[in-house]
Amino acid sequence: MTDNTKTIQGRTGPWELVMGLEIHAQVASRAKLFSGAAVGFGAGPNEQVSLVDAGFPGMLPVLNKFCVEQAVRTGLGLNAKINNRSQFDRKNYFYPDLPTGYQISQLFYPIVGEGVVEVEAEDGSFFNVGIERLHLEQDAGKLIHDLSPTESYVDLNRAGTALMEIVSRPDIRSPEEAVAYVKKIRTILIYLGTCDGDMEKGNLRADVNVSVCHPGQYEKFKATGDFSHLGTRCEIKNVNSFRFISQAINYEARRQIEILEDGGKVDQETRLYDPTAGETRSMRSKEEAMDYRYFPDPDLLPLELEQAWIDGIKASLPELPDDKRRRLMADYGLSQYDAVVLISEQAKADYFEAAAQGNGTGRRDAKLVANWVTNELSARLAADGKDFSECPLPAAHVAELVELIENGTISSKIAKEVFDHVWSGEGSPSEVVEKHGLKQVTDTGAIEKAVDEIIAANPDKAAAVAEKPQAIGWFVGQVMKATGGKANPAAVNDILKAKLGL
Amino acid sequence: MTDLTRLTLKAALDGLKARDFSSEEITKAFVANIDAANPRLNAYVVQTTDKALDMARASDARLAKGEGGALEGAPLGIKDLFCTDGVQTTAGSNMLRGFVPPYESTVTSNLWADGAVMLGKLNMDEFAMGSSNETSAFGPVVNPWKSSASNADLTPGGSSGGSASAVAGDLCLAATASDTGGSIRQPAAFTGTVGVKPTYGRASRFGMVAFASSLDQAGPIARTVEDAAILLRSMCSFDPKDSTSLDVETPDWTASLGKGVKGLRIGVPKEYVVDGMPAEIQALWDQGVEWLKAAGAEIVEISLPHTKYALPAYYIIAPAEASSNLARYDGMRFGHRAEKAASLADLYETSRAEGFGKEVQRRLTIGAYVLSAGFYDAYYVRALKVRRRIAMDFDAVWDKVDAILTPSTPSAAFALGDKQIDPLQMYLNDIFTVTANLAGLPGISVPAGLDKGGLPLGLQVIGKALDEATVFQVADVLEQSAGFTARPEKWW
Repeated sequence: MTDNTKTIQGRTGPWELVMGLEIHAQVASRAKLFSGAAVGFGAGPNEQVSLVDAGFPGMLPVLNKFCVEQAVRTGLGLNAKINNRSQFDRKNYFYPDLPTGYQISQLFYPIVGEGVVEVEAEDGSFFNVGIERLHLEQDAGKLIHDLSPTESYVDLNRAGTALMEIVSRPDIRSPEEAVAYVKKIRTILIYLGTCDGDMEKGNLRADVNVSVCHPGQYEKFKATGDFSHLGTRCEIKNVNSFRFISQAINYEARRQIEILEDGGKVDQETRLYDPTAGETRSMRSKEEAMDYRYFPDPDLLPLELEQAWIDGIKASLPELPDDKRRRLMADYGLSQYDAVVLISEQAKADYFEAAAQGNGTGRRDAKLVANWVTNELSARLAADGKDFSECPLPAAHVAELVELIENGTISSKIAKEVFDHVWSGEGSPSEVVEKHGLKQVTDTGAIEKAVDEIIAANPDKAAAVAEKPQAIGWFVGQVMKATGGKANPAAVNDILKAKLGL
Repeated sequence: MTDLTRLTLKAALDGLKARDFSSEEITKAFVANIDAANPRLNAYVVQTTDKALDMARASDARLAKGEGGALEGAPLGIKDLFCTDGVQTTAGSNMLRGFVPPYESTVTSNLWADGAVMLGKLNMDEFAMGSSNETSAFGPVVNPWKSSASNADLTPGGSSGGSASAVAGDLCLAATASDTGGSIRQPAAFTGTVGVKPTYGRASRFGMVAFASSLDQAGPIARTVEDAAILLRSMCSFDPKDSTSLDVETPDWTASLGKGVKGLRIGVPKEYVVDGMPAEIQALWDQGVEWLKAAGAEIVEISLPHTKYALPAYYIIAPAEASSNLARYDGMRFGHRAEKAASLADLYETSRAEGFGKEVQRRLTIGAYVLSAGFYDAYYVRALKVRRRIAMDFDAVWDKVDAILTPSTPSAAFALGDKQIDPLQMYLNDIFTVTANLAGLPGISVPAGLDKGGLPLGLQVIGKALDEATVFQVADVLEQSAGFTARPEKWW
């Protein structure tokens, strides 16, 4: 049992959660999986449909090699085994959003086999989630029911779009872990450029398998691989936000515990999460479960991948989040926390590195750069609804700002003001400092003058400092105020101490 | 003047090239024949006369300039399984009645690129499922041949019955056809014509209404081996739109003709002697062996031990694929749709119950059954194993023989209505042809003799994958030896 395992206290005792996720990620590709039709969001209904997607007589699927490459790239990013030979199968069922009456998928021999993903938990610890497989499949079209009271419409734009289904092992033990896992997969996919990760558009969504068991049962399952040690699972289909994943799991776990504690049995079934009602609802039971009559698609030959081709893709992989995190910690001496925050977005980590490299005057203080990037800059971008790839501020500005702090030109406090001006487009930090006269005062004469004036004006307070040395803070504040915040704090301190006889 | 409609494809192409007659003339002659015969033979389901005449005139214009492709000006019939741009394509089914594809199959595109003229679409068993053409939604095709023993209308075989009947009845120079379990070779045998099923992957399946994807293959039905070689060459091509298409050169198979069979080793598989096979079929087979021996071939008795499992395996694999391939006919986007339906499920069920005929429904049911949970391994997976064994049987004999000789069918053409009541009896028609489909091998049926009723009988030659050349070489010798000149007497 890891520290992150969620225990839910029931009436009869504690319960644990066990979850496995199936993530459906739309492959980033300009064309569909088996037709030349374009993939895109925002086209008019049925404007991106080929005769192949619409299932016309005599139409045949032709595999899009780029989608295969994307799946291989993803498999490599998940530290998974790439299968040199895989196969496409037909999953047969009738539905108006499925023009051919079957979905081309990979049941028997998926393109990607076992892998493992390292996930950071909220408390900074790490846990591993096993990947069982990744396979390629077609997405279905979309039914539209709200255009007419008597008719339903079909939009086949999405029909035939390539999806990667990433199936995890039942290694996830809490709603928080589930969310962290999906976030991690999403980050990896975005790093790889194999899925845009846009959950709002449904380009990344998850089916969550939830079961509950008594403490100790999961360990027995892990030791034997025997699923009978675990509870009966329910599959919650198509959950498309982090918040809903967490809510759906919490609701579903409690629902199952209640049934079990009432002496009932959990039925294996497919359920839907209704975010409005905050509950899961039965979609179809095991008895109603469809017989998909899977069989190898005779229109497609087995997919054979040459090892050299796979190796070529491997050689071209970008640095992945975990490697980047380790490198940032090693190379820049960052804390794990800072590194994790930076790698959560590839562009953020890149931005940090560019700034930390400095502007030709040597590396900057990495911790300081990380602070500026993860706090001030992140907050401004978030407020504008932007991410780092759209950051209007060149990394050189952050480097320069940090350099100005490091060489004592400005204080950390003034730096915030400088940043405000830079953010509003007034120029580089040096220009702003110049323009607004924000340079730190290190001229001891000027500081001494201010100190003398304040002591002279407040003799009672000066006397009190001798009794209570902490009261010096008040004098520091007054001096800073008098110098417009530009006085070097260390110099102010030294001079005050000398003058007040501390 | 010679009757242009009785010419071989080769003679017609030569005549057209020599400007002895125009494409418009020969096209009109065929149109007249079709107009007269079709009410009785029912070979065409659509006549495209205007289009044919336009194509013929365009061909004449090219021929006048000394230009033109390999089939320039030749009027052909097209099995209604091939999608033809702007021309109704139904695959013999009510489900597709009125369906006009906005695209052209690769096979027919190839023919038009070579200058062929389309006379119309040829009747066929519904979705190519049948051996007698009686499952067509447009009524059965009638064989131009009649037995001397009876005046009953005979089947031309199936599923390419329209193609066979049209070629035998002088309603086109040659025709496209397709073969999933024998649908080219059996009708060819029943009508005294030549039918070729090439190696799987030679001809593109793009735009061909699918029955069983792993078995379907297009091929010609023609009057002579040479005609078949000419038409097959135009039909075949590597097609990137069909993932199972083979990226190979299409040779000129007429080069195989006249080479003789001296020194070739011809296999005679003992397992093809089946129970209840009529003596005249055995006699025909023996005769074929004698002809080849006389021409200098070495006859080798071979064993293809898994032959008896071929038919059961075929009737699992083909329906399984069909049950999935035909799922797209759901009444949603094209084709037949039930008028009234209480629910989505009802709409599917009613549309399909109304749109599909009995035999198609039977096979879709079998197909869904053998793929269903709990039966998949017992039926489908085992059938695939049998299929591999059958392919291995052939692989094992190719170092001993260059081609294999068998009868094409276990009988001559039977009367329409004779086997309708017993599907199993009907399925036995495929017994000699189905192995070539399962193994993906080329096969040809050549008319070789007549039964006691004066009906044509065919011999089949099966060759190695992509070795159509040897198949044509052997077929040529059989054709020469048989000297088959019988023709159906015109009764229509």
